[in-house]
Amino acid sequence: MAKFRGYRRADPGTQPDYLHPPYVSSIKRAPSKPLVYLPHTLSEVTGPSFDSSPIDVKASDLTRQHHGEPLGERIIVSGRVLDEDGRPAAHTLIEVWQANAAGRYRHNVDQHNAPLDPNFEGSGHTLTDEHGNFRFITIRPGAYPWRNHYNAWRPAHIHFSVFGPAFATRLITQMYFPGDALLPFDPIFNCTADEKARNRLISLFDWETTVCEQALGYKFDIILSGRDSTPWEK
Amino acid sequence: MGAQATTSQTVGPFFQIGLARFYVDDLTGRAVTGETIEIEGRVFDGDGQPVPDGVIETWQADAQGKYAHPESSEEQDNIQRNDTQAKEHMQGRRGQGSFWGFGRVPTQADGSFRFKTIKPGRVTAPDGTLQAPHIAVSVFTRGLMRRLVTRIYFPDEPSNAEDFALKLVEAGRRHTLIAKKVRGSRLEWNVMLQGKDETVFFDC
Repeated sequence: MAKFRGYRRADPGTQPDYLHPPYVSSIKRAPSKPLVYLPHTLSEVTGPSFDSSPIDVKASDLTRQHHGEPLGERIIVSGRVLDEDGRPAAHTLIEVWQANAAGRYRHNVDQHNAPLDPNFEGSGHTLTDEHGNFRFITIRPGAYPWRNHYNAWRPAHIHFSVFGPAFATRLITQMYFPGDALLPFDPIFNCTADEKARNRLISLFDWETTVCEQALGYKFDIILSGRDSTPWEK
Repeated sequence: MGAQATTSQTVGPFFQIGLARFYVDDLTGRAVTGETIEIEGRVFDGDGQPVPDGVIETWQADAQGKYAHPESSEEQDNIQRNDTQAKEHMQGRRGQGSFWGFGRVPTQADGSFRFKTIKPGRVTAPDGTLQAPHIAVSVFTRGLMRRLVTRIYFPDEPSNAEDFALKLVEAGRRHTLIAKKVRGSRLEWNVMLQGKDETVFFDC
């Protein structure tokens, strides 16, 4: 029988619990019964590849998707997608979406009375290169109010969706900005018990990727589950 | 081992603008062989209210039980390939218009979703047995800090009784993973996030 290796499970506290009452929407949507532990099978160690999908090079520059330039502070967000052992996730799809500089999403559900920007969609995607590198040019998103509790405001964030090599490595997360005064009060950011794990969602201001007279650079590395070292043997 | 995996965060209510480009509600195609099926369902919260802001992603093997992924070839053919050979093999298969296996559909105002695909073949389990035909599913919604992982199995499928994953589930809850026949090629499979008939979700 061939040796079979799954992917590692998260260390306790480093991933959020489903039920986190301060985040009110979790109360009626979090499962109430315990999850059933599933040893990984071929179905979980395989996953979709997008490397033959048509990728528009303009899709990674959110400031060039219209004739005019969006308002706001232009930024460069770059990083690597790696696994827990430092192996790059090559040619994997990253999708991003975000509010505009005024804190408004181009989405019909968003009723915040901040202005839409006719030159900003707020969405992009790219494939990582062979070393797992990615780079987006965008504008810094604004904070925005939501109705979770009285006077609730989301800190500025960019949503990231990443696939990695397998169904088991699928991840959707949010990237935050250093020094954001709203972070200690945000129930979504704070849903992860482990403080270090939580703080890794905050990007780092980075001189190396800051471009003179052009844009500030922020680094955000994304780590996906690593491969089990012990194979499952019959 | 060095780093720890990045913590998950909710997909939120506005994922449409980021994820719509790769919505895939029809996995069939001219070059895809197999029994065409349509799966429809709804997602409900703990109050029985429809979830209008969810997205369902699916991943499945082709009708012969092969995933469009290098490790599927290694496992199923029991051939030793290095990464480059496996990749060439995959590109060859994709070039022939073979089955991709990925689906992504948002839920509608009434919590409903539907997609068209083919019934997958059986794939091996780590213990060497063959799994019953199934589709791996991720559920993302506002309110869920992490995706929920579940599976869709098929009705009238004798191999369900010996399936590696179904056997891990208590007998009284297995029905939540098995689609119901509507008529013809149409199947119904709902997602109950909480409650008496709460769908079985896996720690994956």
